[in-house]
Amino acid sequence: MGSITLEHVNKSFGEVEIIPDISLEIEDGEFVVFVGPSGCGKSTLLRLIAGLEDTTSGHIKLDGEDVTGAPPARRGLAMVFQSYALYPHMSVRDNIAFPLKMAKMPQAEIDKKVEYAARTLNLGSYLDRRPRALSGGQRQRVAIGRAIVREPKAFLFDEPLSNLDAALRVNMRLEITELHQQLKTTMIYVTHDQVEAMTMADRIVVLNAGNVEQFGSPLELYKRPANRFVAGFIGSPKMNFVDGPEAEKHNAHSIGVRPEHFTLSTTAGAGQWAGTVNVAEQLGSDTFLHVEVEGLGLMTVRTDGEQTFRHGDKVYLTPDANRIYRFDAAGLALQD
Amino acid sequence: MARNASVQTKVGFTVLAWTVALLLFSPILWTIVTAFKTEAEAIATPPTFLPLTFTLDNFGDVQDRSDYIKHAWNSILVSVGSTLLGLVIAIPAAWSMAFAPTKRTKDILMWMLSTKMMPAVGVLIPIYLIFRDLRLLDTVHGLTIIMTLINLPIIIWMLYTYFKEIPVDILEAARMDGAELWNEIVHVLVPMAIPGIASTLLLNVILAWNEAFWTITLTSGRAGTLTAFISSFSSPQGLFLAKLSAASLLAIAPILLLGWFSQKQLVRGLTFGAVK
Amino acid sequence: MATRQTRTLARTMMAPAVIVLLIWMAVPLAMTIWFSFQNYSLINPMMTGFAGWGNYEYVIGDPSFTQALVNTLLLVGGVLLITVIGGTFLALLLDQPIWGQGVLRILVISPFFVMPPVAALIWKNGFMHPGYGMLGHLFKALGLEPVDWFAQYPLFSVIVIVAWQWLPFATLILLTALQSLSEEQREAAEMDGANAVNRFRYIILPHMARAITIVILIQTIFLLGIFAEIRVTTGGGPGYASTNIAFLVFRTGILSNDIGAGSAGGVVAVIIANIVAIFLMRAVGKNLDA
Repeated sequence: MGSITLEHVNKSFGEVEIIPDISLEIEDGEFVVFVGPSGCGKSTLLRLIAGLEDTTSGHIKLDGEDVTGAPPARRGLAMVFQSYALYPHMSVRDNIAFPLKMAKMPQAEIDKKVEYAARTLNLGSYLDRRPRALSGGQRQRVAIGRAIVREPKAFLFDEPLSNLDAALRVNMRLEITELHQQLKTTMIYVTHDQVEAMTMADRIVVLNAGNVEQFGSPLELYKRPANRFVAGFIGSPKMNFVDGPEAEKHNAHSIGVRPEHFTLSTTAGAGQWAGTVNVAEQLGSDTFLHVEVEGLGLMTVRTDGEQTFRHGDKVYLTPDANRIYRFDAAGLALQD
Repeated sequence: MARNASVQTKVGFTVLAWTVALLLFSPILWTIVTAFKTEAEAIATPPTFLPLTFTLDNFGDVQDRSDYIKHAWNSILVSVGSTLLGLVIAIPAAWSMAFAPTKRTKDILMWMLSTKMMPAVGVLIPIYLIFRDLRLLDTVHGLTIIMTLINLPIIIWMLYTYFKEIPVDILEAARMDGAELWNEIVHVLVPMAIPGIASTLLLNVILAWNEAFWTITLTSGRAGTLTAFISSFSSPQGLFLAKLSAASLLAIAPILLLGWFSQKQLVRGLTFGAVK
Repeated sequence: MATRQTRTLARTMMAPAVIVLLIWMAVPLAMTIWFSFQNYSLINPMMTGFAGWGNYEYVIGDPSFTQALVNTLLLVGGVLLITVIGGTFLALLLDQPIWGQGVLRILVISPFFVMPPVAALIWKNGFMHPGYGMLGHLFKALGLEPVDWFAQYPLFSVIVIVAWQWLPFATLILLTALQSLSEEQREAAEMDGANAVNRFRYIILPHMARAITIVILIQTIFLLGIFAEIRVTTGGGPGYASTNIAFLVFRTGILSNDIGAGSAGGVVAVIIANIVAIFLMRAVGKNLDA
């Protein structure tokens, strides 16, 4: 079991309010991602749940039990750190066994569990090595192994993939998702990378300046962002925003169009907005065009990889009428 | 400078450096060779360099005359004892300051350092009187307490600078893994800080071993350490030059060896981490 | 990090260290100050009661105090001069490409590990003794009259011994600082056309300035309290010729059993040390922020 409830959680360091007031309900077995720009308070929020920091006010409940004042050791949660935080003086085996040793489990049982975890994570042949003799990916696995052996109520991940190279990151992303499907234990995962959030989460919490901007499934966030911040943060490349007269045509303070929601033409006049290609980024599968649109500014447009464009090419854009996001002056999404 | 110097320059510098170094080392060298000479040869004119008659008698005589072994044992007890006691007090304190710093941590550290700067003579008289009244004069445990107190700031400072280099993540991981404070310190912090703790231990044993104010003023016979032992040779000893050398060699040899191993830590410890 | 719980624990764990040091610092010092205003002599138990500034007038007014103060300054200043200049020179030398660097370092650092009474006795009997000391032999070989160092130049002799002990310390710290100067910076200066003298003047010396400051301050703290070297060589004499403040307090308080006057001298020593300490703390404190 591992449902986590935050009730009006506030965290201040002296005068500085990091988290003004957050209430969240995370269900047992859910994979929840906290995502937001750096300094948004997502790591602090995770550390509050872990018990590594204490709340200034408000309550944190695990399975309905109030653990607000409990030290981390008593919360029964496991955490995977960005730096992996492996014990450098212990072998991989002892690293993984450490939480069990702390729980005073009999040695025979510890051995069994460590063996099992090592097999699951393909660490079998490294058990007697020291962490410094491992690669980044292997260290990451040891950190995960150390977390799973004690069968915690929930896993907390603090930007676990940010120290890995791009290829490995994609692999570990899959492994963690598989692990979740296998264990069905609650996981909270902190990242600044919206791709990780979209691909891994059951539900995403978008944080900005210590506030929850939106809490929902990845597609919900993509399709119905609650506000301009979420709209701009979720989705890659970023949504294009247009203010002024063009937005007023849609009865909004500003409108947003995702790069993938344009129809592109090279025929003169065959589009609402005319522009000039500034830079064309070719990825093979897709091409991202940075188009200087007359009177509206720079827009990113996604098109298929077959077409080639050059700096200075004239293009004509038509936003998909059904997929124009509208926002009011406060940045909140306007419902149709 | 001039990393790819010519061989000539290198020879020149090498000769110069060795000359200066040997001059600086010559008093110690003199002590070593004289310790193995006969008394007559030690004061011979012109002086000999290596002993003509190699003898170990001086060491035996020194032991018979002043009981080297007793004094050395006292030195070991006081220097090791005070350092271990200091570590027991300092490890928790350094943990606090390195991993749970508050606004006042820096002030406390500076204040601790300032206690080290109080000149011993400023408190000699009260300590002497207190020791006299508590019958601690000329006792090993009395001296150990004083030595712990005078070296405690250095021990705390050194440990603090070493602990600061340990990522706090790892201690937090231990907490998440269910370790209570005791286990966090015993199973994670101390094993990780072993090199730092060992350096601290070494430097403080050396400092305590060579401390020559309190050891001389607070002891007379029973609890005398090697500094007191050697001071007993300070009266004019014209005829006992070889024995004096033997005694000196016995007093400095153990620490000289330890010192050679701990040069780097010495810099860090004595500059309170200001020069690394 | 830091939850309330951790902070409470931290305070508890720091308490023993803070408390013992607080007692160590406050109680004896308070007693010294108290005694310094008392008529208190172990020899003359009839002499009791409040002395006012009497002890201070007695200690400071005595010509021996002025001499001890001058001796203290000469001792500290002389040793600093020798060790800082010599240490800089030695550090630069040891930083050159030379054969046997490791062994050289060990030879140079060794005097620091020699306990003060041993250092003093080796110099006194083996080197400075007019009859059979090595310097005596050397002078005779050169056809000069051997010098009775401790009789003729007592303070200078003490300075030589103490400088010999502290030169390794200065060298080692300056060498460490020197080696932390990046190779690139030196090479950049070389590319910019700076010759050896200019590189020393504009690159190396400024880089070492901090380390030199620290050497001066730390040594000053230790040098103000020089005791054993005087105790086993000259005993402060002849007369008061090699008595410094520390030794004067010992002489007055312990040897002459005048607790009141000795304490007054102790307070003066504390005040002098504090003036130095303020500067040292600033230098070290700056480093804490960095």
